[in-house]
Amino acid sequence: MHGTRILDEADRLMTVCNSCRYCEGLCAVFPAMEMRRAFSDGDLNYLANLCHACGACYVDCQFSPPHEFNVNVPKTLAVARAESYAAYAWPGALSGAFARNGLVISIIAAFSMAAFILGFAALNDRSVLFGVHTDPGAFYRLMPHNAMAVLFSAAFLYAVLALVMSVRAFWRDIGTPIGGRADGGSIFQAIRDAGELRYLHGGGVGCYNEDDKPTDRRKLYHHLTFYGFILCFAATSVATLYHYLLGREAPYPWWDLPVVLGTLGGIGLMIGPIGLFAAKMRRDPALLDETRYGMDVGFIAMLFLTGLTGMLLLILRETAAMGPLLALHLGAVFALFITMPYGKFVHGIYRFAALVRYAQERRSEAVA
Amino acid sequence: MSSKYDVLVIGGGNAALCAAIAARRGGASVLVLEGAPKFYRGGNTRHTRNMRCAHDAATEILTGPYTEEEFWEDLLRVTGGKTDEVLARHMIRESKDILNWIVEQGVRWQPSLGGTLSLGRTNSFFLGGGRAMLNALYLTAERLGVDVEYDAEVTDLVIEDGMFLAARLKRPIRGETEIRATSLVAAAGGFEANIEWLKQYWGEAADNFLIRGTPYNRGSILKMLLDKGVQEVGDPTQCHAVAIDARAPKFDGGIITRHDSVVFGIVVNKHAQRFYDEGEDIWPKRYAIWGRLVAAQPDQIAYIIFDSTVVTSFMPTLFPPIAGQTVAELAGKLELDPAALEKTITEFNAAVRPGTFDHTILDDCVTEDITPPKTHWARKIETPPYLAYPVRPGITFTYLGTRVNKEARMLMANGKPSANMFAAGEIMAGNVLGKGYAAGMGMTIGSVFGRIAGREAARHAKN
Repeated sequence: MHGTRILDEADRLMTVCNSCRYCEGLCAVFPAMEMRRAFSDGDLNYLANLCHACGACYVDCQFSPPHEFNVNVPKTLAVARAESYAAYAWPGALSGAFARNGLVISIIAAFSMAAFILGFAALNDRSVLFGVHTDPGAFYRLMPHNAMAVLFSAAFLYAVLALVMSVRAFWRDIGTPIGGRADGGSIFQAIRDAGELRYLHGGGVGCYNEDDKPTDRRKLYHHLTFYGFILCFAATSVATLYHYLLGREAPYPWWDLPVVLGTLGGIGLMIGPIGLFAAKMRRDPALLDETRYGMDVGFIAMLFLTGLTGMLLLILRETAAMGPLLALHLGAVFALFITMPYGKFVHGIYRFAALVRYAQERRSEAVA
Repeated sequence: MSSKYDVLVIGGGNAALCAAIAARRGGASVLVLEGAPKFYRGGNTRHTRNMRCAHDAATEILTGPYTEEEFWEDLLRVTGGKTDEVLARHMIRESKDILNWIVEQGVRWQPSLGGTLSLGRTNSFFLGGGRAMLNALYLTAERLGVDVEYDAEVTDLVIEDGMFLAARLKRPIRGETEIRATSLVAAAGGFEANIEWLKQYWGEAADNFLIRGTPYNRGSILKMLLDKGVQEVGDPTQCHAVAIDARAPKFDGGIITRHDSVVFGIVVNKHAQRFYDEGEDIWPKRYAIWGRLVAAQPDQIAYIIFDSTVVTSFMPTLFPPIAGQTVAELAGKLELDPAALEKTITEFNAAVRPGTFDHTILDDCVTEDITPPKTHWARKIETPPYLAYPVRPGITFTYLGTRVNKEARMLMANGKPSANMFAAGEIMAGNVLGKGYAAGMGMTIGSVFGRIAGREAARHAKN
């Protein structure tokens, strides 16, 4: 028996699946399962995070409901996955944030954006807040660059610390009995698998979402979202280097690297989340962890908001709307950062760790 | 007025869908009547995982060539010669092309599954298993414009002088209670889920049989055809049976209820007595005999008994073994006489001779001076906990069918080919497979004769 009902159910399913194995060609979950005969909590959390929710094993299973064996791997692993986020959250006292995640994320986002608006209003003259600024350093009239850098670095470093601590707990839990450190080859393999979403492919034919036809486009939208996010992050990083190394201050002209990266990323961050949200709405409820709807939508909304406010800021930065928009954008980004360890963002981190572990297992199996 | 189609396919599994697709590709209008609801569509195809096709060279997923001649020799061996050579050789020849044709219908292959390396050269596995294969065929059929109806039970066939006229339905479809068609393809499986029918040959023992596959294979179409003058083929008293876990559901437990642990221990009946050489032969032969052996035991129940040293020697099982720290405790849990089980195990252990255990070959671990002997893999059962799986006969399929010719056209009792009736799949498997079985052959029969039946049915309808 395991700690939770969902892990008991996951154990039951993995026992059924391990005596069948028809799905072993579909993804990484089933080959990983076959390397085991019994399943610890850590094993099940590992398998849950290895699952990309493509839905193929549900559509292909002769024992899925209404069959009495009631095998629904995507849904069970989705619930187990979400519960694992709370179980490994650091500090543990904040794991409750996953319970009503949509609400938590919305409140933090609202407070964060309101705080920036009020802060800007309190610290700036009305004429500055609603003024038109076009020269380099325009943004920093509203908020000094150093204040911005300190605040966001602190938020970012906290997020990194919390994520590292969480994933460390996860890694330890799934590391037994093989354990050990991750080797370079496995990490490289995992980067490739994650980068191309290798296992979000329904075994090659495509994923399933609303019915038994493999017509799902989540992979495309996820790529737009993920690479959009990466491009935005790259834009910020390049801008930071410009600022400190070259002494060039934002805003930059439209053709300059930070703006080009940010624009492309922002477009991805708007289209991707919309596509993912639409797919989520259409998805067969049988495959969904419906109780985590808020968590999923909350994260999608945060990404979309970040992309939207960023794009609006770019378009309207030479108008009087710049001040309020900058406040909104910074508020959204700040909220995104500090909620990263306590929302759907963590799925990428845990899944990546699971992929590293899987690559490791495959390599040691190949050696054996 | 009743609807009229060029080709009516009764059944919804591999054979039926291959027939429907081939007929539609041949230009015919096609209706598929599947008696089961949508989830249970496809009969026993849902539970399959591979197909045996001849091929002259290794492929991406097959490790080496498997020639027509080798396939024929395998078929000859498993059937003990009970096969129609002309039909069988025709099927084997066609199977080579099926390997590609089935992919063109959307089915995807993968290398043999873990634990089935012995089939890596001969059998092509469906990526995602039989239901994935079926899903692909249904998507293709629907895309081509084949009409499919579920919960479409046929209650009667109107046949005159070996000529199919119409099928009567239990519930109306699009307002019709009768479907007329120019050609009929019967691909509705055998009768293994019809316990009353099985009782005709097995008596009350059939009440204790478990049916591994679909509860919808009740043989109603087969019976209608035989009653209306189609010639029968195959031994009606025989069925393919393996030992499966006694805790499995009555129907549809599928592949996961099987046990292949016989060689690692002993098998006793409800009187705690051994009754057959557990070490006679390697898989798959031993796999296929134990269903029948258990069926012959009182109450059709037996127990595979082994000890803790071998639990990781076979694939993990759906149901955990029943365990006892002593033989007596285990016997109590199995409701066997403890003294009798202790005596059986003590005598068996005393008869075990030293040897070098290797379950992949016919090794030299044997018993002496005990009846029945265990002629390979005999090792003492002495390390607690003592473990057991209760097993019952699990019926896979039946052999009785309709006789067909190379065109998959049914032959009437007088030997004349039917004008417009074709059969494919388990309903005619007895033509090729008089007895025995080799992995993946059912699907070969289904796809090969399904495609032929569909093609010929369409040709008849278009003429």
